[in-house]
Amino acid sequence: MQTGFKNQFNRNTINISNFGMPNYRRMIKFLTQFGRYFLLLKKVFSKPEKPSLYYKQTFRELVYLGVNSIGIIAIISFFMGAVITLQTAYNTENPIYPKYLIGLGCRDSIILEFSSTVAALILAGKVGSNIASEIGTMRVTEQIDAMEIMGVNSASYLILPKIVATILFNPILTLIGIIVGIFGGWIAGTLSGVITSENFIYGIQYAFIPYYIVYSLIKTLFFAFIITSISAFQGYYVDGGSLEVGQASTKAVVFSSVVILLFNVILTQLLLS
Amino acid sequence: MIRIVKLNKSFNGKPVLQNISVTFEPGKTNLIIGRSGSGKTVLLKSIVGLHEIDSGEIWYENTLFNKLDFIGKKRIRSEMGMLFQGSALFDSLTVEQNVMFPLDMFSDKTPDEKLERVNFCLNRVDIHDANALFPSELSGGMKKRVAIARAIALNPKYLFCDEPNSGLDPITAILIDALIKELTEEYSMTTIINTHDMNSVMEIGEKIVFISEGVKCWEGNKNEILNSDCDSLNDFVFANSLAKKLRASNK
Repeated sequence: MQTGFKNQFNRNTINISNFGMPNYRRMIKFLTQFGRYFLLLKKVFSKPEKPSLYYKQTFRELVYLGVNSIGIIAIISFFMGAVITLQTAYNTENPIYPKYLIGLGCRDSIILEFSSTVAALILAGKVGSNIASEIGTMRVTEQIDAMEIMGVNSASYLILPKIVATILFNPILTLIGIIVGIFGGWIAGTLSGVITSENFIYGIQYAFIPYYIVYSLIKTLFFAFIITSISAFQGYYVDGGSLEVGQASTKAVVFSSVVILLFNVILTQLLLS
Repeated sequence: MIRIVKLNKSFNGKPVLQNISVTFEPGKTNLIIGRSGSGKTVLLKSIVGLHEIDSGEIWYENTLFNKLDFIGKKRIRSEMGMLFQGSALFDSLTVEQNVMFPLDMFSDKTPDEKLERVNFCLNRVDIHDANALFPSELSGGMKKRVAIARAIALNPKYLFCDEPNSGLDPITAILIDALIKELTEEYSMTTIINTHDMNSVMEIGEKIVFISEGVKCWEGNKNEILNSDCDSLNDFVFANSLAKKLRASNK
């Protein structure tokens, strides 16, 4: 009994002493990565070598990262709007609730959360992984080294146009998401017969607060920066081969998503309180 | 001329290059040879500034390169061209755009002048009618040629080649070697080539530096390399059975 207790005590002692070190190392690693991220941003926002080339790159990225995302945003927004409408309808069958609240619920859900936050999470998957794998592949195939040898600020040349393009275009994606989402809600509501067209349209106009759109667009700007910069950071510092590029791509999506959710809480508190 | 003085470089406390001192002369093909993992690529990347060195000096003519700030290094780098092991062509750009990239970035030429220069460089490396192709549509040898064309687009004073023959058949490898040698003499560049290909050594080795386990073991030229008394170099040079037989028959 005595021996058993002693062994258990020793084991606990060993466990406690071992717990501290990995946490300490993890914290150091986290702070190191945090510092590298900001050093990379400093490099990204330094003066471009030839602004005209950066404009060209920015237009290219507008197409790759922005225009090419319209399809997925439109499809997902349409179905999200449809589902929100149907779910609101089936959860508010009590005759006390006026029917137009279904339209209002759809509108507010789409504007406040879906068009900015959920769309940002989807874009973190599509755009984020694309950026991390593109830059990561350039790193492992020495294309970034080739730029550095030429005297080009590779971080700025590769990342700045992506950040500018997403910050310019993601608000447009948000507006498209709002319009298509509400349209999807209207289609689903009227076709399924849970609400009349008049009630839905009255609902989406009822007690409309234009600031909600501004709130959504402000969040979108932050999320666009988060997705692009974190994904680019993951790709830029890849070390190894194709396996590491894949891991960087996964990390880009995971970290971007977590930071988006964190900033969603912070921005909501700051902008709506 | 590039002069290296007592260069040391380590990764995570493990020394990779130790006390390397060597001078690379202009107008000559300078070769760094050694086994895989001996530190050749680290040395080349340290010379061009892609790796920060622990101690030592890297001189480009009379400029101490490793102590320069970003702007100073950028100035020297505008005089460098580099051919990477995997060519490192930009995947999203065509052959023409790849060669034009340094011109777009650093020259004030008109679009017509730039195109003329691009075509000149591509012709010089014997690439014809491939301007619109993407790197994925090129063979290994063509990729190397385009990479050389991109490296010489800005008339560099210094040309660095990291294993230019890797992945090429012996005939194409000799053609690439000959091209590098010709360009070196034509533009009087200081050319440094990393290789472990003995064919290259015997074809173009005007100055050869042998590195083993991060240490410079031998320095000479292609005429002296077969008569060296450096054991590790002899193990490297006479590694295959044919070379061993030839050596035995000469003795």
